[in-house]
Amino acid sequence: MTSVTPDSFSSAPPEVSRLGPVAWMKKNLFSDWFNSILTVIIVTVLGLGAFRLITWAFTTAQWEVIPNNLGLFMTGTYPSELYARIWVLLAIMCALAGFSWGVIARNVSTLFSRNVLIGIGVICAFIILFPPTRPSALKLLPMVAIVAGMAAGGRALGRKFPGIGKWVSLSWFISYFAAIWLIGGGLGLTNVSTNDWGGLVLTLFTAVTGIALCFPLGILLALGRRSALPVVRWLSTAYIEVVRGVPLVAFLFMGQVMIPLFLPEGARPDRVLRAIIALSLFSAAYLAENVRAGLQAVPRGQREAAMSLGLNTPMTLGLIILPQALKIAIPAIVGQFISLFQDTTLLAIVGLAELLGIGRSILANPNYLGRYAEVYLFLGVIYWIFCYAMSLGSHKIEQKLNTEG
Amino acid sequence: MVSDSGGKRFNLKALLRDERFWKIAFQVITLLVVIGIAAFLIGNLNRNLARQGTVFGFSFLVNPAGFSIGESAIEYRPNDPYWRALMVGLSNTLSLVAAGIVLTTVLGVAAGVASFSTNWLLYKLSRVYVGLVRNVPLLLQLFFWYFAIYGTLPRPDNQINFLGLSYLNNRGVYIPWPSSAKLALFGIATIIIGAVAAFYLWQWRTNLRIETGTGGQAQLIGLGVLGVGVLLILTIGMNWQTPQGVEGGGVTGGLRLSREFVAALSALVFYTSAFVAEIVRAGIQSVSKGQWEAARSLGLNPGMVMRLVVFPQAMRVIIPPMNSEYMNLTKNSSLAFAVAFPEIYSVANTTYNQTGRPVEVFLILMATYLLICLVITLVMNQLNRAVQFKER
Repeated sequence: MTSVTPDSFSSAPPEVSRLGPVAWMKKNLFSDWFNSILTVIIVTVLGLGAFRLITWAFTTAQWEVIPNNLGLFMTGTYPSELYARIWVLLAIMCALAGFSWGVIARNVSTLFSRNVLIGIGVICAFIILFPPTRPSALKLLPMVAIVAGMAAGGRALGRKFPGIGKWVSLSWFISYFAAIWLIGGGLGLTNVSTNDWGGLVLTLFTAVTGIALCFPLGILLALGRRSALPVVRWLSTAYIEVVRGVPLVAFLFMGQVMIPLFLPEGARPDRVLRAIIALSLFSAAYLAENVRAGLQAVPRGQREAAMSLGLNTPMTLGLIILPQALKIAIPAIVGQFISLFQDTTLLAIVGLAELLGIGRSILANPNYLGRYAEVYLFLGVIYWIFCYAMSLGSHKIEQKLNTEG
Repeated sequence: MVSDSGGKRFNLKALLRDERFWKIAFQVITLLVVIGIAAFLIGNLNRNLARQGTVFGFSFLVNPAGFSIGESAIEYRPNDPYWRALMVGLSNTLSLVAAGIVLTTVLGVAAGVASFSTNWLLYKLSRVYVGLVRNVPLLLQLFFWYFAIYGTLPRPDNQINFLGLSYLNNRGVYIPWPSSAKLALFGIATIIIGAVAAFYLWQWRTNLRIETGTGGQAQLIGLGVLGVGVLLILTIGMNWQTPQGVEGGGVTGGLRLSREFVAALSALVFYTSAFVAEIVRAGIQSVSKGQWEAARSLGLNPGMVMRLVVFPQAMRVIIPPMNSEYMNLTKNSSLAFAVAFPEIYSVANTTYNQTGRPVEVFLILMATYLLICLVITLVMNQLNRAVQFKER
């Protein structure tokens, strides 16, 4: 498949008439008296707010709570002599991410375009200059190098072997189990009980596992709800509606209490596992509704055409209906994944030391009493980066899959 | 399991190829699996409960609760029964949700409309707000409001006085309020009746003017009288009580909104509004460009275009997803328990801890939230019917 970058054949864009700064302000900020008043009010309020925030950040705030506890934030009470395993895991993830990036971008003319280079430079500068990351710069900078190197390698390999995509997916799949092995130990590594899993690692682990479990379950429920078979339809509908009627806290908390009650005596699944099960069962119901909306948007003719070609029901669903439905539903599905990621914070309430939970226990430390704003702002930035990256990714996929022209 | 009709030879191959057979078989298998799992789980539950010496039942609800609740809209004493404690929790949830829905609607619609502003600063502000708030977990925001914002307000002996009308300190927010609950209810009823009356008067006047082209003076006067009357009742008749600062700290009079309530309300409103803003934005975008242009070419100014032409049409797209946002807000209000606001989930949790009856308590919780969501859905469906296309 040859691909042409859009720039090379599209006609030149119309000349943008550049406004001078004064004219721009007149047009966009002071077009009439109402807008002028609005502008003045907003500038005053924002200016005062920004001024107070900056003075607070540089005078009152005591930021040492962040660098002093960075290990806790990232991994919780994970034994520090085993941190090397987490670093290895991070290196694997970076390598895979870089490789996938290279494979995906194999048709782009220059992989390291100016913007990408600027981005890499900013990340490196940040790692060196930002006090909390500076001590680990010798480990973090090679990570950036791994990403870049693997991206170049992935691009070269991707050009040579166009079918490499499924191997990349397979290695992501395998890397998940490698991650469990590296974090939890066993098979020759020291065991680390899930009680010591924590921080960002636990947040990401629960989120990824939850997403991986709720996705197929949600699709099954959506298909069940749209099914022509009454029993399947009723059961799926009942499940979806009941779960959607209960708040997640209740689901999680009671899940911690009730899952053991519903199991034979002595069978007590792990705390983290219980939380992940509750989270996935909960999210699946919401995801099912998003997928259902996608299914409804696929024209009936598609199904009839597939049937008349002689495909049976599973093949019609798997080859014709679902690919189209999922494509339509991507924004909603990613939105659901984002809220699942955010919902992992509720695990803090049921006593798991994920990112927010570890933040709360650090705040309970008498040395850091009252450092609420500093810690919560820091956590907020971390969550924001991940969620924003996800929504950006969904936007990219949406554009890539847009076949409407 | 099925013998073919009419004494024909049983043909397994034909049966396996027959889709009708598979349809039935698949359903039977599904049902059997589900029943099997359910039987297994419920059997375990019964065995586990029997081992604990409890029997499923709701009779514990009449036992005295024995715990105190920090704030309640209805009267409650610690030795009241559990069901009354749960009612207190419900009343707290309802006040949080009601205030939350009203404020979310206002802020969300404002933020959504602001993203179409010709004022660049307002537009950017709206976009940054949505992009920032939607991508940070609600629970984190709740803690931020509770600990980092309301928690750092000055102590009662150094409290902030706002325009002489309200007081702020780290125990809560004090606002003016009618001196008695009866008067407050009376005031709310007055507003509702007045609004309904005004709506019908306005419709009457519009119809009259459409049919005859003139007139409507009498109705306009009626509207004015109505407005003045409602205003008079609201200002004088309600016997407003403004909070008064006490020497050495503390406040008397007015209504105290506890720090827990205010923090939960702020977090819920700011979080949900960002989603509402996106819904409103999508709704307005769904109105075709020709509508804007036609309205503009009729000589309406931008504000009127939005208010009279675009927004009413956008409502059709906005209302259905708003329903699910309101339900999300209702369910998310249970997070207020994390800052110790005694809403229904928090009370239910205490009840469970004291009685050791997770299943019953969970069922009550589920029924309560389903009921609230059902009421919201009913109201929203009514509203939805009102804004749909009126076609011949």
